[in-house]
Amino acid sequence: MSDTVLELIDLNKRFGALQATRDVSLNLYPGEIHALIGPNGAGKSTLIGQIAGSLKPDSGRIVLAGQEITSLSVAQRARLGLGRSFQVSSLAEPLSVKRNVMIAVQALQGHSFRFWKPVQRDESLLVPALEALERMALTHRADTQVAELSHGERRQVEVACALALKPRVLLLDEPMAGLGPEGTAHLTELLEALKHEVPILLIEHDMDAVFRLADRISVLVAGGVIAQGDSAAIRANPQVREAYLGEATC
Amino acid sequence: MTLFIEQLINGLQLGTMLFLMASGLTLVFGVMGLINLAHGSFYMVGAYATALVTAATGSFFVGLVAGIAVAAAVGALVELIVIRRLYHRPHLDQVLATFALILIFSEGTRWVFGSSPLWLNPPAMLSGSVTLPGGLRYPIYRLVIIAVGVAVAVGMYFLITRTRLGMRIRAGESDREMIGALGVNIARLYTLVFAMGAALAGLAGAMVGALQSVQVGMGEPVLILAFVVIVIGGIGSIKGALYGAILVGVVDTLGRVFLPAFFRQFMSPSEAAGVGSAIAAMLIYIMMAAILAFKPKGLFAANE
Amino acid sequence: MNKSNTSTLAPQPGLPTPAASWYDRKGLVQIGLLAFLLLAPLALYFLGHIYYVNLASRITLIAMAAVGLNLAIGYGGMVSFGHAAYFGLGGYVAGISAYHAFDFTPVIGWPIAIPGSDSMLVIWLAAILLCGLLALAIGAISLRTTGVYFIMITLAFAQMMYYFANSWPTYGGEDGLPIFLRNGLPWVDTNDALTFFLICFGGLVLSLALTSRIMKSRFGAALTMARLNDTRLATAGISPYPIRLVAFVISAMITGLAGALYADLNGFVSPTMLSWHMSGELMVIVILGGVGRLYGPLAGALLFVMMETLLGGMTEYWQLFLGLVLLFVVLFAKHGVMGWLAGRERHE
Repeated sequence: MSDTVLELIDLNKRFGALQATRDVSLNLYPGEIHALIGPNGAGKSTLIGQIAGSLKPDSGRIVLAGQEITSLSVAQRARLGLGRSFQVSSLAEPLSVKRNVMIAVQALQGHSFRFWKPVQRDESLLVPALEALERMALTHRADTQVAELSHGERRQVEVACALALKPRVLLLDEPMAGLGPEGTAHLTELLEALKHEVPILLIEHDMDAVFRLADRISVLVAGGVIAQGDSAAIRANPQVREAYLGEATC
Repeated sequence: MTLFIEQLINGLQLGTMLFLMASGLTLVFGVMGLINLAHGSFYMVGAYATALVTAATGSFFVGLVAGIAVAAAVGALVELIVIRRLYHRPHLDQVLATFALILIFSEGTRWVFGSSPLWLNPPAMLSGSVTLPGGLRYPIYRLVIIAVGVAVAVGMYFLITRTRLGMRIRAGESDREMIGALGVNIARLYTLVFAMGAALAGLAGAMVGALQSVQVGMGEPVLILAFVVIVIGGIGSIKGALYGAILVGVVDTLGRVFLPAFFRQFMSPSEAAGVGSAIAAMLIYIMMAAILAFKPKGLFAANE
Repeated sequence: MNKSNTSTLAPQPGLPTPAASWYDRKGLVQIGLLAFLLLAPLALYFLGHIYYVNLASRITLIAMAAVGLNLAIGYGGMVSFGHAAYFGLGGYVAGISAYHAFDFTPVIGWPIAIPGSDSMLVIWLAAILLCGLLALAIGAISLRTTGVYFIMITLAFAQMMYYFANSWPTYGGEDGLPIFLRNGLPWVDTNDALTFFLICFGGLVLSLALTSRIMKSRFGAALTMARLNDTRLATAGISPYPIRLVAFVISAMITGLAGALYADLNGFVSPTMLSWHMSGELMVIVILGGVGRLYGPLAGALLFVMMETLLGGMTEYWQLFLGLVLLFVVLFAKHGVMGWLAGRERHE
């Protein structure tokens, strides 16, 4: 498939006796949201770590837009267009929202070894940062300190930071976790609009959101993908019902 | 050859003393996450108490027991007053507060006892030498130091692996929240562990004080060597402290003796002495840098 | 678009709010500190108290060394316990260069002959370059580690320098190396206490301005993020390691230049400048003043040297009281003198 944006090929990762990732292969096409679901302990975090670059797979390959990134660092992957958000917010709390996003813009421009010009009045950093915030409907919070934001707003800032990188792929790790119904609905809308620009690999617990948003779903159980397909197919899959949905829907 | 063996035993002796210091440091770090610069002060306190009580009672052994007890008591007191406020603080605060403790202990001791060293001699029954297999004559007292170090290492092993206290220490190393949940009185456990580390430092100070002299600042060179030891061994690991201590003790001792001789092969004697001793002084640090270049968390990293 | 200056952002080290200006409380305290440091020795010089002018030079140079360290600790979050290595190396550059210039012998005879020099300009340049190189080597290894490891490794490397200087006999070993004639500058008389003080003061102001400027730049923004949250920085695509390493090197260069001047001030350099007590004192000054505050090192150095002079005049054991004050500041007054004088700055 030449138009695959992100491709995982036979990933394996072991921690001692525990096989945390077992022959995982999946891909992401332009314009789609591909959701990855699975019960707790299925190995989702380990898989994300390998995609983002904080963990190295024992075997297998990861290809981003035609380029192999399996052994690149987190920062190198980000420079090649992998934007991600974290399950636990990873923003710099004492800084303003604006500054958190500006760092991403700065990274995109690739000029961090500039020692003289103040960033304070640097339009080339500020304008794209505010644009990314606007996409997330956060313009009014640009000057607020992250520490003062609500849980949901932080999620949105994370996504804005990822967007400011002008990524080829978005990797979102449980963006709905801890959001109320209103926040979830809001973010669902935003992501739906976003996917046409950037394909999204979505790791999510909230089943309603997943079934509503995802074009395709992969189900991870005990480190391996046991099923893949659209919402209807996954809902109907007996294996999935048994291994995963059984406990959640009854 | 006898010179080599003699120096090797000297290195072992330095290594066992370093282990006494390093095991306390590494235990306190492993269990409480605290970096304690004032550990060298307990070494000094142990030596002073031993020297004073020995002078008063005439018995080195009474002095030694007193030295260990005083070091442990001072350790417990310092933990109660200062150290326990630092457990949740950043390392920078811990470094500075314990640096402040060094200033307080050193200058306080100088104020009370003056700048001139106190004298402490090994007991008569342990002075003199024995002939080792191979014809080498070696001071008994230094062999005793090695024996004490080995006994402590064995004791620590049993304490950590076989006793209830050891179980709690291990639990504390792996999960600080959990031992609270188990209903262990953490505050008391921490005071106990800290006092134990102080007692070991006091023991080391007393033993070495009888070889060298008992004076203000005596703990500082040893403290820094002990830091090198636990960095090499992996911070938090008792096993790492043991191997690291032996390694540092032996390499440092042998380097100081044999490097100048080595450089004499192709330099003038005075030049060789200068270059040799300068490089020997840096040897363990070079070794540390080399080890860390390959293993940034030391040889036996505790939490990996 | 929202570009108003009504920011609710709390001021950050290196990232002052647009509203910050010289006439607010912080600005006044900063200007007051600098003015005091400049005007007091001027007045005392003309009253004939040369001793106090030299004392002011000492405060200035220790403050400058601490400004360098503050860049690493306060702004970069790299708790270096070995900055004496650069302070001392700077000092030895001044000492060794002057020694060979005095003797007309080369510093290095082979493979190329490098003569000694008694020109401060040459010495400063050499001190900055050599300290930068040393910091590059030490930082490259140390920054692979974090936390306590970093603290201890930087300490150990500084000890390595200390023991080397102690046992290398050519330049005095543990006795140190005297500088018989203070190194010179074109057109001015560096032996004049006031002239020398003004040179030091210029160095301090320059290093403050440089730090301030750097921390407002893109590099400063990246360094701030590396301190606050290096995962965020890496996720954005900027590797924290080279950012930290460059900051560490700049930090060492500032401290090294201060060291070169300090040796000239005392006319003497010895392993004491490399000792771990020196590293500790520099850290203490940074903390007393307030970590990550631009003028913290200046406030800290003023307090430190004043305590040393006043308490040291009363008792030989003044460091006992220094220890008590330090303990109090660390345990109960975390924001240091600047926090007390100019209000809190960082929220953490």
